[in-house]
Amino acid sequence: MVAEIGFGAIFITLIFTLYGIGAAIYGDRTKSQRWILSAHQVLKLVFPVMTISVGSLLYLLATDHFEVVYVADVSSRSMPLYLKLTALWGGQAGSLLFWSWLLAGFSSAVAFRKWDRDRDLLPWVIVVNLVTLAFFLVLNVFYENPFTRYWQDASGILVSFSRPEGAISVFPRDGGGLNPLLRHPGMIIHPPMQYLGFAGFIIPFSFAMASLIKKRSDDRWIRLSRGWTLWAWMFLSLGLVLGARWAYDVLGWGGYWGWDPVEISALMPWLTGTAYLHAVLIQEKRNMFKDWSLVLIILTYLLVIYGTFITRSGLLSSVHSFAQSRIGPIFLVFLTLTILVSAWLLSSRWKILRADHVLEQVLSREGLIIIGVVLFLGMLVASFWGVLFPILSELVTGQKVTVGPPFYERVAAPIMGGLLILMVLCPLAVWSIVSYKHLGRLLWKPFLVSLAGIALPLWGGYNRWPAVIAFWLVAFVLAVNFFEIIRRTRVRRKTEAESWGTALLHVLKRNQRSYSAMIVHIGVVLMALGIIGIEFFQTETQATLAEGQQLSLGSYTMTYEDLAVFDAPDARNVARAVVSVERDGRVLGELYPRRDFYYDSGQPVTIPGVRSTLLDDFYVILVDWKAVTSEGATFKVYHNPLVKWLWVGSLVFIAGVVFATWPGKKTNPRQER
Amino acid sequence: MSEYQEMEPTSRKRTPLKFIVGGLVIVAGIIFLIASSLKSTAQYFLTVDEALAKSQVGELEGRNIRVSGAVLGDSIEYDIDNLELSFTIAQVPADNQLLAEEGGLAQALHNAVTDQNRSHLKVIYHGPIPDLLKDEAQAILTGEMLPSGEFLADEILLKCPTKYEGAVPEQIDLEQE
Repeated sequence: MVAEIGFGAIFITLIFTLYGIGAAIYGDRTKSQRWILSAHQVLKLVFPVMTISVGSLLYLLATDHFEVVYVADVSSRSMPLYLKLTALWGGQAGSLLFWSWLLAGFSSAVAFRKWDRDRDLLPWVIVVNLVTLAFFLVLNVFYENPFTRYWQDASGILVSFSRPEGAISVFPRDGGGLNPLLRHPGMIIHPPMQYLGFAGFIIPFSFAMASLIKKRSDDRWIRLSRGWTLWAWMFLSLGLVLGARWAYDVLGWGGYWGWDPVEISALMPWLTGTAYLHAVLIQEKRNMFKDWSLVLIILTYLLVIYGTFITRSGLLSSVHSFAQSRIGPIFLVFLTLTILVSAWLLSSRWKILRADHVLEQVLSREGLIIIGVVLFLGMLVASFWGVLFPILSELVTGQKVTVGPPFYERVAAPIMGGLLILMVLCPLAVWSIVSYKHLGRLLWKPFLVSLAGIALPLWGGYNRWPAVIAFWLVAFVLAVNFFEIIRRTRVRRKTEAESWGTALLHVLKRNQRSYSAMIVHIGVVLMALGIIGIEFFQTETQATLAEGQQLSLGSYTMTYEDLAVFDAPDARNVARAVVSVERDGRVLGELYPRRDFYYDSGQPVTIPGVRSTLLDDFYVILVDWKAVTSEGATFKVYHNPLVKWLWVGSLVFIAGVVFATWPGKKTNPRQER
Repeated sequence: MSEYQEMEPTSRKRTPLKFIVGGLVIVAGIIFLIASSLKSTAQYFLTVDEALAKSQVGELEGRNIRVSGAVLGDSIEYDIDNLELSFTIAQVPADNQLLAEEGGLAQALHNAVTDQNRSHLKVIYHGPIPDLLKDEAQAILTGEMLPSGEFLADEILLKCPTKYEGAVPEQIDLEQE
């Protein structure tokens, strides 16, 4: 019964969306407010109705209804309730439903905003939102129905939603259980954040398309969707960072990012989304590069759809391919149609997108931003080429040739370097024209301070030259931002005769956008610090130890104390080692690397023991042990310098974005400098 | 360089030549970066058959390549003291159409493991034993062919296609509704 309700809700939403699309288009053509209003109501309704469907699936998961195929696939009796609920996005069909639900959430939310101005955009915002939603609902109804059930007739077990003739219901006693790798707090939050980020970009895209269709050349669509874009971007960034964290904590190879095809396809919309966020700044302030903003947001939307397709199609070999599927062709059709429609809209309106100004100087803020955008796009092209190259080379030469992490690392490192240089100049550059003399005056002090950024790591023994340059750039960005805040506070203090504290507060408040950008950039360079640390200076060793024996890596020494093997209540067998860690003769504490073996899926999961400080991580993996005699266990040990800054930096980054979206006194961007 | 101060007001429609040139230089730099990185890091992606054939004519000497195949469960050996892992993979076709003819990836992997006539390749790897390494898993290995005809892997990617979706649960109770 609940399955029928759940499926019925999806189906009704699909009918709604199809009606809404028609009503909005007809209403816009005939200028009939009644039809537009009707479509507007549909947009408000999609979220509540989809919630019924998601609620039904959650109920089935929570109450162990294993006759539903999806529940039997991803859940099992022994799982705790919170895992049963998060199994909603543990498999293909459920995650598509979850995706549609989030999308419906964004669509309904945008329907509820104040629509007293710019009503001409409304019908097309509705259409774009509903078309996207309809696409995902079609997948759920016709291809990946999460509510199909097991039946049995004379010929055997059948899988179908409605009862086949002559068949009886089948109730499996237990399900297969959630993939053990997904049973981790990071994995519980990572997919929703990633999906929220993906789904959120529908809003700026729908405003962009509406503005294009209506032949408007102003930047209203950007302003209207700015808050949405920032939130979507924040969720996408958070999703990527959480995924990295999960890999670091669970996958047990001492890394955080493997340039896996799925990681790349999640990174690509982030690259274009980030480029878009920067390009729109120029359009808002200088009314230039309108075409860039549009192309970038269209690319972002396409890459979001492509990313969902890659993550969910099982097309590529990767740690993320938990499923295989037949939804590939329909995704390609939808992508192609979107490309064609967007290209036609862009080309037929190209003339009205002409800029008001031209680029006057490279060192102006718009010049720097454009270089940044080009660098982001360069990384995008490299990523795309890395995915496409194997396919092309097979077509042309008949021989499959692939590229791995070394390719991406070699391309990404110089591009990251370029971005760091831009971040040094960014807080100092102003719009339109910069005087080199002025720039020099602002730069020399932070430059001197940044030299400490070379001295410190050299003193600590970190002396590979690409890393030293990177360390120096990180220090330079930090110093420039720090000096700039002090300088502006001092000016304010002088002119307004305020105390340091009040002056700082006023400065931050008065120009919320520019300071949130500073905070985000500081977050980025702190993350860069962590990446440099682990990429250039990771060391590792391995050994088999008897109890009481020691293993040294760098200045650390670990002692193997004990190992226990026991059954945990949720149907897993745990082998847990106790090792004590010391440095320079001082005992620092105990670590508990372990290996969980899940009976239902027959799969082990390796959980490292990590001692993490701002300076370095000591990361221990339990590789193997001699089960009966307990005479020895094998460990692999990593020393990861500075990696914690990756997580600290991402917190700063997120704080910066939240600060940017924080409702404050809205300053008119055109008057800002 | 202080030419900006005397800069003529430019025409409203055209971007000055120097920016176009500058932009092209950046774009060319990125293209060069991608092309040169590609050249030095691209790897052949081969099946077991192809890897054996190519290595016999000496085409793979000193080259980093990728090989895919099906893991033979019985062949997995792990030397705990040296963390040396060895196992054998069997030929699986890479072509999607051939895979479909065999009845999908899971079936193809099963066939590869049970069919005695498939060519085999012994793999050696130094490091922890991967969690997903088991019979009939699809292995994608990065590394190089040794003169001995074995494959020295430095990265192992594993996939077990049947595990989570589509398989009917084993214990099924039949109940009349």
